[in-house]
Amino acid sequence: MSAALFTLDQLALAYGDHRVSQPLTLQIDAGEKVAIIGRSGVGKTTLLRTLRQQHADRVAWCPQQPGLVPPLSVFHNVFMGRLSCFPGWFNVLNLLYPLKRMREEIQALLSPLSLSNSLMTPVEQLSGGQQSRVNLARALYQGRQVFIGDEPVASVDEVMAKNLLREICQRHETVIVALHDVELAMQFCHRIVGLQDGKIALDAPTHTLDAGQLIRLYQDA
Amino acid sequence: MRQTSLVFVLLALVCLPFADLSIHAADPWLELQRLGIGLLSPDFPGWTSVRDALFSTLAFALQGVALGVALGFLLSLGYASVVIRLIASFLRSIHELFWALLLLQVLGLSPLTGILALALPYGGTFAKIYGELYEESDKRPREALGIGGGTLSGFFYTVLPLTLKPMAQYTAYRLECGIRSSAVLGFIGLPTLGYHLETAVRQGDYATGAFFFYTLVVLVATMRFWLRPVLIPVYLGLAVYYLPPIAQPDGALLTQFLTHDIVPAPLRGGGELMPWLAALWQGQMLPGLQNTVVLAVLAFAATALITLFSFPFSSPLFGSPRTRTVARALMVLLRSAPEYLLAFLGLMVWGPSMVPGILALSLHNGAIIGTLVSRYTRTMTLREDAVEGLNRYLYEVLPRIYRQFLAYSLYRFEIILRETAILGVLGIPTLGFFIDSAFSEMRYDRALVLLLVTAFLNIGVDTLARRVRLHLHLRNQPETL
Repeated sequence: MSAALFTLDQLALAYGDHRVSQPLTLQIDAGEKVAIIGRSGVGKTTLLRTLRQQHADRVAWCPQQPGLVPPLSVFHNVFMGRLSCFPGWFNVLNLLYPLKRMREEIQALLSPLSLSNSLMTPVEQLSGGQQSRVNLARALYQGRQVFIGDEPVASVDEVMAKNLLREICQRHETVIVALHDVELAMQFCHRIVGLQDGKIALDAPTHTLDAGQLIRLYQDA
Repeated sequence: MRQTSLVFVLLALVCLPFADLSIHAADPWLELQRLGIGLLSPDFPGWTSVRDALFSTLAFALQGVALGVALGFLLSLGYASVVIRLIASFLRSIHELFWALLLLQVLGLSPLTGILALALPYGGTFAKIYGELYEESDKRPREALGIGGGTLSGFFYTVLPLTLKPMAQYTAYRLECGIRSSAVLGFIGLPTLGYHLETAVRQGDYATGAFFFYTLVVLVATMRFWLRPVLIPVYLGLAVYYLPPIAQPDGALLTQFLTHDIVPAPLRGGGELMPWLAALWQGQMLPGLQNTVVLAVLAFAATALITLFSFPFSSPLFGSPRTRTVARALMVLLRSAPEYLLAFLGLMVWGPSMVPGILALSLHNGAIIGTLVSRYTRTMTLREDAVEGLNRYLYEVLPRIYRQFLAYSLYRFEIILRETAILGVLGIPTLGFFIDSAFSEMRYDRALVLLLVTAFLNIGVDTLARRVRLHLHLRNQPETL
């Protein structure tokens, strides 16, 4: 039926020279909505990074450290998600004089993120929470098939977090997100992968799990 | 910031029609070819002249900068006072080459002339930098003392220990500038590298000139290897031994210079001062000022363009290790060579117009700012999915470096203006041209008035650039390379 999109076969994750996990085996198919959970420092970020590299050009990437360009406006930082889709002269033009068409396109994207009043505000003037929403907007703007996000909704309240996750899931065929909120993970993802002590301690469809099993991942082994 | 950049672009466009961009040489390409061949096949002129040139360049630089440090340190102790600030500002507003021309008249072509010519303007600069470092240092240790920072022991125990490191860093950087300046002093006859280079090139011997040129570049580029703090007293001792800082001033000549020669001609001869000044204004000051400003603005614009074009080539965010190596080597070459020397070579090729001046100033200063900016890009970490190539340049890098770039450029503008005036000595009709002519016609009264005009222009632009930097909340401290 659906083909394997991401495959790890006995691969030990490493961050630089630093090994962060034991050899892992994991397969994620197109169309899946997967949540990665586990304590901080367990290797979620490295796992997501490794997965992204397998299909870098098809993945909308939403890292936890936004890496935005502080002096540039929200518009430009979001627009940057698709720079490689446009010719160079067009990008120069948009840097100096943002085109109306592009402004409207990005403005529409900002309303559900409660950023509609900040289109032309330099990102350095925004709060940390607002910046991570800009980061999310940038990933959404890429319009890719696959979304990989590292705590994409960590900085917003519960109601908005749900709206945003719904948005993410609607716009992308395949979604892989690291989440610390177990309840959100169970509500929006069909499959949950739990990391513990450098191993995949849990990998199961959501409907077979209960919250208690997940909470255990956060306790000492 | 975008507005400031736009203002400078407009300013450059306004200046463009006033610039003399013609090429006077009969066959510039042939001359350029000869220069190129010379640069590619440097000719060793023999140990004696290389050793003499090298030793005297170093001896002038070391003694001049050392004396400058002493003078600057003394002045910096009183930097809170307006009078001291004015003295320091005046000392550095006159270029070392102009100081040399002036001192030459009273001290002759002596070692002391060269040493003082470096020490006076450098002292003014050190006073400013040291003084500002004291002001910015942490005030709490001073307040904890309870005796106030004004007392000398308070200063030595609380302020100086906090600022000694940046002071030393800046001083080391200025020694590099001092070596360049010392080489350039050769152009007025002191036996440094510039003297040997000029002699060779004026005789059409580009190959020998190239050897002296490379000697200077290597000397400056290898400074961090041979300049060790413990060795400085040794070097200084050798410098004093090799080139004793003496002069035989002629008392009568000195008196005549101070009481007669520099007094405006009409005051001596009983004429009217105002018509004399008006004629000088019409004939020399106004054209000199105009050319100085036009050349400085155009050179500044060209510097900015060269910086923005060149820094990616030496930045780790672009290109390959090979392109970076080539770009870095080229930038070391250009920033080690003083702009005056580059302009001199340019004039040999293209004749006396603003073209060699703009090229020399922008290549040298562009290489300096380009190095600083590309060094700054090393501290940047980009996202993993960051774009490449032109898009990376425009969206990731340019916006992040722009503040730094403007701060460095504005600081450099003051330096460009100082150097622009001096390029007149080579034949480009900036203020320096008229000053040099007045000296060689022995009209010292004119020379002095023109020197003062140049000083005021420098002080004015200094203040303006400082205002712009404060307005844009840019760092107000000069860079060190």
